[in-house]
Amino acid sequence: MSEKFNEIPMAGNIVEPGNAEKYKTGGWRAEKPIHNPEACLWIKNGTCGRCWIFCPDMSVILTEKNGKYSYEFNYEYCKGCGICAAECPTQSIHMEKE
Amino acid sequence: MMVATKDMPLKEYVLKGNAACAGCQDMVALRHAHKALEGDVIQVVPACCTSVVQSLWPKSGLAIPVLNTAFPAAAATASGVRAALKAKGNDHTMVMVWAGDGGTFDIGLQALSGALERRTDFLYICYNNQVYSNTGTQRSSATPLHAKTTTTWFGKAETEKMLDLIVAAHEPVYQFTANTSYPRDFYDKIMKAKEHPGPKFGHIFLPCPQAWNYPVEKGVEIGKLAVETGYWIQWERIGEEFILGRQSKRFLDPEKRKPIDEYLKMQGRFSHLYKPTRDDKKIAEIEAFIQHRWDVVMRTFT
Repeated sequence: MSEKFNEIPMAGNIVEPGNAEKYKTGGWRAEKPIHNPEACLWIKNGTCGRCWIFCPDMSVILTEKNGKYSYEFNYEYCKGCGICAAECPTQSIHMEKE
Repeated sequence: MMVATKDMPLKEYVLKGNAACAGCQDMVALRHAHKALEGDVIQVVPACCTSVVQSLWPKSGLAIPVLNTAFPAAAATASGVRAALKAKGNDHTMVMVWAGDGGTFDIGLQALSGALERRTDFLYICYNNQVYSNTGTQRSSATPLHAKTTTTWFGKAETEKMLDLIVAAHEPVYQFTANTSYPRDFYDKIMKAKEHPGPKFGHIFLPCPQAWNYPVEKGVEIGKLAVETGYWIQWERIGEEFILGRQSKRFLDPEKRKPIDEYLKMQGRFSHLYKPTRDDKKIAEIEAFIQHRWDVVMRTFT
């Protein structure tokens, strides 16, 4: 979002598809979600996934590797809405001031 | 049997870094619609929040072909896209319109009516956040009774339009209502829509933190309360067959519904109903409308 006027493509066309990913929306955040793996059902047995399903910014990363489950937030894009913390059935996520 | 969370595709077609507000429920709905359609779709977007979200210049935020069009022309454009696909011999790509309540209830209504009458093979999704959110929360004809907007300072005096009945009169092959608090149910409904060639219509209830003035993290809770208080009715209609949604089934009985106060108190747009004291008359009017809508829906379809 910092191109000069003479670097912008002709007629302001968007020439690169899906370039929204270059726009890091993490800076909008006032509070960041912190995950605690102790009671998390995803870490325990790979179920639940409510935070992943309800995340409006696709910033919850649930991964499975050789039967091991890991959990991560993508803080580059998380806008800090707190829906994951509100929807977690085991209160494994809490919000912290940035 | 509803789809399990694990069976849903992992691929995201709504990209990160889009310009949606924090806690935007539209993104939850859009994500799951595209997961169900798996990228084989051309999306037509009239002026609405989604058109801003997916194309905040110079960025492009959806990983599928999008056609942005004028406010009143969404369904007509979809008819054109379908005709072009037909001319090219493509019969598998879905044409999906993703329009807000302003572009459906008010401005796009005649185009929608025309496309349904032409029996265009497309899927029209109206995501209803009950207000013109994108332009600064003006009243639309989907705004509920007594809700405050920037153009109705003391609460809207009229009840909302029952769009589903207008659409039902066009006899679409498949019609449903959904709620962003039940994304798995919504995913299933889009999967079902894929199976029916012909005009299809979906109406999604979508809480908007910016316009409804509630804490952003309560988005899912508020959508659930809308169903549990009976305000929103989940149903689908395949041809002539009417199915009351499993979330709404037990709220057919007014005794089982939660008090409407739980839903209203959460939202800033209804705060004037509780200040300084509870406005019993206006809340009774809202309750009466909810019951009226249940009666009309059940009487019309069953």
